[in-house]
Amino acid sequence: MAGLQYLAYGFAHFFVFKTVLLMLGGVCVGLVIGALPGLSATMGVALFLPVTYWLSPSESLVFLGSLYMAAIYGGSFSAILLRTPGTPSNIGTTFDGYPMAKQGRGWEAILTATFSSLYGGLFGLIMFLIFAPMLARVALKFGPPEYFWLGIFGLTVISSLSRGNTLKGFIGGLIGVLLSTVGVAPVGGNVRFTFNIPELIGGVGLIPALVGLFCIPEVIDMVLNRSKKQLYQEARVQEGMIWKTFVSVMKKQVDLLRASIIGFIIGVLPGAGGNIANLVAYSEAVRASKHPEKFGTGIPEGVIATETSNNAVVGGGFVPLMTLGVPGTPVDAILYGALLMQGLRPGAELFTRRADVVYTFIAGVIVATFVMVPIGLAFGRAMAKFITKIPLSLLAPTVLFLTMVGSYCVSNNISDVYMMLILGVLGFVLRKLGFEAGPITLGLILGPIIETGLVQGLLIGRKFARPWLIFFARPLCWVFIVLSVFFLFWPVIMKKRMIVSGGDQR
Amino acid sequence: MKGRVLVALLVLLTVVSLFAEKFPSKPITYVICFAPGGESDITARLQQPYLEKILGVPIVITYKEGGGGAVGWTELVSRAKPDGYTIYGTNLPHTILQPLQGGVGYKTEQINNIYFFQSTPCVLAVSADSPIKTFQDFVEYAKKKGIVTLGGSGQPSANSFATVRLAKLTGLNITYVPFSGSGTAVPALLGGHVDGLMTYTTMAVQYKDKMRVIAVATEERIPLFPDVPTFRELGIDLVEKAYRGIAVPPGTSEDVKRMLEEAFRQVNNNPEFVAKMQEMGFVIENYDEAAAAKLVAELIPYYKQLWEETQGK
Repeated sequence: MAGLQYLAYGFAHFFVFKTVLLMLGGVCVGLVIGALPGLSATMGVALFLPVTYWLSPSESLVFLGSLYMAAIYGGSFSAILLRTPGTPSNIGTTFDGYPMAKQGRGWEAILTATFSSLYGGLFGLIMFLIFAPMLARVALKFGPPEYFWLGIFGLTVISSLSRGNTLKGFIGGLIGVLLSTVGVAPVGGNVRFTFNIPELIGGVGLIPALVGLFCIPEVIDMVLNRSKKQLYQEARVQEGMIWKTFVSVMKKQVDLLRASIIGFIIGVLPGAGGNIANLVAYSEAVRASKHPEKFGTGIPEGVIATETSNNAVVGGGFVPLMTLGVPGTPVDAILYGALLMQGLRPGAELFTRRADVVYTFIAGVIVATFVMVPIGLAFGRAMAKFITKIPLSLLAPTVLFLTMVGSYCVSNNISDVYMMLILGVLGFVLRKLGFEAGPITLGLILGPIIETGLVQGLLIGRKFARPWLIFFARPLCWVFIVLSVFFLFWPVIMKKRMIVSGGDQR
Repeated sequence: MKGRVLVALLVLLTVVSLFAEKFPSKPITYVICFAPGGESDITARLQQPYLEKILGVPIVITYKEGGGGAVGWTELVSRAKPDGYTIYGTNLPHTILQPLQGGVGYKTEQINNIYFFQSTPCVLAVSADSPIKTFQDFVEYAKKKGIVTLGGSGQPSANSFATVRLAKLTGLNITYVPFSGSGTAVPALLGGHVDGLMTYTTMAVQYKDKMRVIAVATEERIPLFPDVPTFRELGIDLVEKAYRGIAVPPGTSEDVKRMLEEAFRQVNNNPEFVAKMQEMGFVIENYDEAAAAKLVAELIPYYKQLWEETQGK
């Protein structure tokens, strides 16, 4: 609990004009980067890392941390208004946020995302302060076999993500896993499935895939169905919704807590991040719900699950970063670089020797989480109004242009733009055939985690007479095996329950 | 009349500027072919302010990750403009091993290295709380258990070859477990998932309180770990390290290359920069274009042989 005493000290240090100004700047930059499809939080932090070169360690971290938190939140705007996740952490927000916008409840969806992000963000940071050193040791128990099962468990989430047709969901997931095998193998370095096209060595990037699979089908739809011109008119801002939505979100404490805990834990595990957390949280919300069939039709619970969890990831990821010097998420890897550049070595000694930096940083990000609410609402309001004002003939090309810029910016590579466009057309066809983008991207995210865990696990397992035994010899593995089996048969269990209860849903 | 004067003036200006335009006159993009935060990135970030001062233009660091560096290096030899305004970080033995393995869009000889400025020697490390205190302990442990697992960064890489060589020279049953980077291998050691790491000096410095280095793969002892013996002292002929430098696209003019070479040499001679680098565990190297080409030429047969030896294993 010493952390809380230090925190007061941190706040005192944080409230310096320059630091507060940097925090505000970080929030504004983060919101814009997050809201632009294709520009992820990772890229945002990487992009602005050089700017922090001239700042003191705590100023630099406050700026980058605020940017990170706000970008994850800002990603919900395009997820809700354009059906395109602003960052990989907002994939699940498209599932219910966009249908809400279509029903004319876009502003309500944005408000829901805002208060959920605030809740999740604060939860993660407070948990960090209380439990950091303890959790860091637990996270280390996660070895390759555990990551393999975590990946498998992640895939079973598809059964609750794919509404209506579980089989098609799994086929979609498989397509994603197959796409993830293109390029250099994560372990061993063999080059596979590139068909001698040098552009494919780098594999299918997550950002081009996200933008292509989610955004392009929407643009094609826009052009094909000109009659649905009114679509975006429905995102309009309704006055007097703020307090009402706040109350109704805060009433859902169970949902908020569940999503926060999921996000925080996934953040603590090195290597996983918001991209997985939001989908797992969404699927958990479906599983726990009394009316799972309503998910995907535009209910606030869906937005609450994803937007709470992805902001809780932020605090979770700081745990291994600050205590062990092991980055929890891709963004944390860049923050790690930022720390090193400042001459700070993350690890237990950072807490004792440079407590001023750590606690000023956390205090700054806590304030940023609050501050992003009014700034975010003003920004979201402007974005919603702007989108409704643009005529369709301009909106489609504008969005297309944004997707191209976004994909290009990933690594300044024109081949990423082609990849995005090809995947976009593929995504459109697949969607027409009933394959959703969600499971495909999940497969793309989890494929490398499963493959890496499998190969590394088998290598480590050479200590056993039968190497594969390692996947069944550890207690944490069994937790995921049981969870996976349970999830796999969830739709079957659900159906039985509905028949028993005489439910007439579906 | 006015028009004619204007045209004449314009022509004059163009001619003058053509002669006067000296390299560099606009920002230089420094491409890192890995994710931000790694050894290549940290070095580039440390070099950045000095380079800007020396060259007088902004240095913009960008990332082109993918394929363990292959995506960026393929672009370097095939698509980048040879005007000196885009330079790429390069790594050895990566640029030798990747073409050997095949499937990448560049050849080792196509990489025009201008300067190798640092290296990171391989070290054998165990967890700080491990019962293994010395290399002798390590050998006994391996014999008793019948097998040891060592994590490391990538495959094929300096780490993986050092491990394979160690196994061959000692006759011990050592399994190499590749990770996506030197940083990601650390939790596997700290969590006890692997018995040890074949890693770089930089990691050993960063995790000084969590790791115990039991041998270094250098010719001579390293000042950072004065008490740790080299493999050679232990009777094992194992020297292995990763070099980092910069390269320009093929066809870049001699003037531009000399300019860049000189800039990186000057940075490497800056005591402040050198102190920062050494503190982080980097070894400063000074291979200009000619020396770099010689180094690569020497290393190619060495790695070719190692590569063939390890095939099918």
